[in-house]
Order: sequence, then structure tokens, then C-alpha cells
Amino acid sequence: MTELAASEALPRPKRDVLPALLPAILALAMLPLIGSPSSWVTLTVASLAMGMMIFIMASGLTLVFGLMDVLNFGHGAFIAVGAYVATLVLLPLAPWVQADSLWINLAVLAPAALVAMAVSGALGLVVERVLILPVYGQHLKQILMTTGGLIVAEQALYALWGPQIIPLPLPTSLRGSFIIGDVAIAKYRLLAMLLGLGVFIGIQLVLNRTKIGLLIRAGVENREMVEALGYRIRRLFLGVFMVGSGLAGLGGVMWALYREQVHASMGDDLTVLIFIVVIIGGLGSIGGCFIGALLVAMVANYGGFLLPKLALVSNILLMVAILMWRPRGLYAVTSR
Amino acid sequence: MTDLLTLSGVHTHVGRYHILHGVDFGVAEGKTTMLLGRNGAGKTSTLRTVMGLWQASSGQISLDGQRIEASTTPDIARLGVGYVPESMAVFSDLTVKENLVLAARDGPLDDSRLEWIFGFFPALRKFWLSRAGALSGGQKQMLSIARAIVEPRKLLLIDEPTKGLAPAIVVALIDCFAEIKRRGATILLVEQNFHAACEIGDSVLVMDNGRIVHRGEMADLAEDVSLQEKLLGLSLEAHQ
Repeated sequence: MTELAASEALPRPKRDVLPALLPAILALAMLPLIGSPSSWVTLTVASLAMGMMIFIMASGLTLVFGLMDVLNFGHGAFIAVGAYVATLVLLPLAPWVQADSLWINLAVLAPAALVAMAVSGALGLVVERVLILPVYGQHLKQILMTTGGLIVAEQALYALWGPQIIPLPLPTSLRGSFIIGDVAIAKYRLLAMLLGLGVFIGIQLVLNRTKIGLLIRAGVENREMVEALGYRIRRLFLGVFMVGSGLAGLGGVMWALYREQVHASMGDDLTVLIFIVVIIGGLGSIGGCFIGALLVAMVANYGGFLLPKLALVSNILLMVAILMWRPRGLYAVTSR
Repeated sequence: MTDLLTLSGVHTHVGRYHILHGVDFGVAEGKTTMLLGRNGAGKTSTLRTVMGLWQASSGQISLDGQRIEASTTPDIARLGVGYVPESMAVFSDLTVKENLVLAARDGPLDDSRLEWIFGFFPALRKFWLSRAGALSGGQKQMLSIARAIVEPRKLLLIDEPTKGLAPAIVVALIDCFAEIKRRGATILLVEQNFHAACEIGDSVLVMDNGRIVHRGEMADLAEDVSLQEKLLGLSLEAHQ
């Protein structure tokens, strides 16, 4: 009757902390190789900022894949659309962007980000209804449909805004760096880190403290059973898809300001990075996606500094190494 | 006694395979109907078709007078159907509590009903905040059944609940099903353990090759060893 009455305690689940420690281990391992502490801090901060921005863009995609097994190769379109929409707010209000006041800068930056998220999210609604709904459960068709959607979106951006790169200067108060000793920390990178961390904490709170979050976690594991409990998972998925698209739009704004330019194919460049992050994270795991984004950014920055010739393939090498270690990703979702 | 669930000429295809070949039966309200048969006879497919997880390609399914063969799984669940799959399908990454919170679709957990469930399955109270993935097979089955009865349901579809479980757990499950029945629930239960089926069932359906090949009272089948051997290929003793 032991099992029935449960007189014995369950074996404590093993806490798998090694993947979570990887970014810190990698950063510390790079310190002696880089040599200069100030260069190391600069590269590490740049990595964290870049990683957070990639996480913002990738978080929606990993949930979309985890929840509904949908391969969305058009995710990059939401990034580019978000960046272009932000120019509609930021460029006409250039005097506010150039004002030497943090509050005035934020007063224009915040609505630009919100409008970009709203438009990208609304585009997500259209894409899910028109492109993805007819091809649920058919991976090849999903790839064809969403890649086609990405091409159409890019060409639409060229048609609306023209082929030229649009400069998008950083707000004045976010230019420059905080100087601590002989270490310079770029202000915008700090903002990107804080925003990325905020998004991560927000997603974790929703996933762990709300019934919607419970449904998403359960749906990632076994969507059939969620439906058998009476929940319409397609609606939940539509909501997650829209939020993921909106977050991609926010990431697009952040990335455009980071690079201080907007162009229609910016989503293409990032799509490869984002897919690497989603795959090494564990296809559906937000925690894995967060760690994966930091690792990708660190490898790109440290690799670019130490071995510039390997910079182009460094992320592929990282993915190969991670998958050889853990074939299902850093934090594999249980049922996959 | 009226039938709560009726299937009439139900055919189901999964991909290019024709699984159910015109299944007809009724499940009497307030009774426990056992669905028996060899492996591959179509028992699980029948439950999945009733639940809408596989769409019937033809035929009619009615629940409490309402046609449901074209309904989606969530709509069927919302009509008051609880489902315990063969795989148990507990959400491993969620705690026991979170699994039950999700199952209580209509609101917060009812404390008195929880106490009633803990009466059968004390392990669920003990491991309330533990991850379901860490539970033993028997405890996962308890959780899967608790999830189906955490709110009152009209009809419970239960697929091989005693499979691979220790005898003590099987006894607890039999007690649980008897109590659920006393509270007025209607149960359609797939079972391979003939002894458990005799303990639980009021009536019995036997399937073979996607068709119902026998229907009657469970007690009659329990007494007729030759019929058991003919229908199920095994004697009662072999199951005990």
C-alpha cells in the first residue's frame, strides 16, 4: 500500500542548473583569453544586450513552436514590420528624439515601441488566420507558406518605404556610455538588458502564476489533453501567436535602434540566429530560449573579438556543440 | 433506463486505415459499461471517436440527446464528458495542484470534492505541490482519474485504468469507480483486467475488429466461461 498511501517521499527532482550556468562559465572562461578586463566587460555587456534583444524576438517563436508545432519561417517579417512602424513615430517626432532629456526621449520611444508591437501583433493575427490555419500539422507546407509570407512582407515594405536603408538615430540621452573606472558601458545596451530581463520575468510570471500560463505550459506538453479538458487551444494559440509577433516587433525596434538603421531584409538576417536560439533552447522552453540567446550573443561577440575568421560560423558551431551534448536542446520540453 | 450515450453506425478512419466498422451501442445513464476486447479491437479508437479526438467518418453519436459526432473535443468536454486516456497524459511539468486547477474548468477547486478525492487517493494530498512527472505510475493514474472527476461530469470515458498497476492500487481504483457511480456518474470503461471488469461493470460490450460482437450484462458474462473464451480468448482464471 506504499504507493497508495505514499508513505515515502518522492525522489527529489534533479535541478538541472548546468545549462543555466553556461553563460557565466563561458564569460569567466573568456576573461583570461581576452586579457584586458575593460575589453572583457565591454564585450560581456554587448553580449548580454544583444542576447536580450534576440531573446525578445525569439521568445514568441519558441512558444509558437512548442504549443502548436508550427514552424514559422516568416517570424522575421514581424521584426522588420515593427522596426518600420517605429520609424513612423520616431522620424516625424525627430525633435523629441534629439531633445537632451531622458523623459522626452522616453515619451516618444515608448509609444513607438507600443505601436510597433500593436501593428506586429495585428499582423500576427492575419498571418495565423490566412497562412497558418490551413496548414496545421503539415510542416513542409508551413515552411513554404511562411517563407512565402516573409517574401511578400519584404516586398511590401520595399514598395511602401522604398529600397533605401532608413537611418534611425538613437535618442540623445541614450547615446554614449557610463564610465566606471576604465570601463565604458553603453547606455542603450543597459536599457536593452533591462528591457529583455523585464520581458523574461514578465513571461515567467505569466507562465507560472496565471491560469493562462498553466494552459500554455500544459499545451506545450500535451495539447490534445488540454482540449480534452475543455479548453479551445486554437484560441490560446492565436493569442500566443499575436503576443509572440508583438514581441518580435518590439525586438525589431530595439534592434533597429541598436544598429541605427532599418531595412526590409533585417528580419532575414536575424531569423537564422533566432532559429538557432530556439533549437538549442529546447524547442518550446522559455528558459532554454533565454540561455540560448545569451550563448549565441556571447559566442558572436567573443568569437568576433578573438577569432574574427570564425565569426561567421561561430553560431553554427555552438549549435552543433550543444546538440551533441544535449540532442533535444538545453531544456527540452518533456513530451517532445 | 435511458441511454446517455448512443453510437449508431459509427465508422472511423485514421489516415488510410479503417478502424471502426459501424459501431452501435448505448451507455445507460448512471451505469458502468465495460468495453472489452483483444488488443487492436478498436476500444481506444471508440473512446477517442466519442471524445472527438478522431472524427467519425460516418454514423451518429449522441450525448444526452444531442448529436456530437461533428463537435470539437473542447465542446464535447464542455458538455460534461471527462476523459482518462490510456497514457494517463498528466502534465509532467506541472504540479499535482496545477494539474487539478486546470481540470477545474468552471472555477476554483471545490474543497469538499478535493477531500472526497483525497479519501481514495491520499498520495495526491501528500504530493500536492510535487511535479506530476516525479510521481509513480500508479500515482499518475490516480491524478489522471482525479483530474476527470475534480468537477461533476455526466459521462466518464476511462481507458485501461488498471494497466500495469499494483494490486493495491487496482483495489483503490475499483472502490473509487464504485463511489463515483454511487454519485450518479455514467462510466464507459475500457479494461483488459477481466476480474476488475467484473467488479466494476454493470453491462458489457465486447469488440473485435472494430465491431461490437457481444452486448449484455457483466454478471452474465462473468458466469459464462465458454463465452469468455469465445469472445476474449482467455478464461476468467487467467485474468485473476
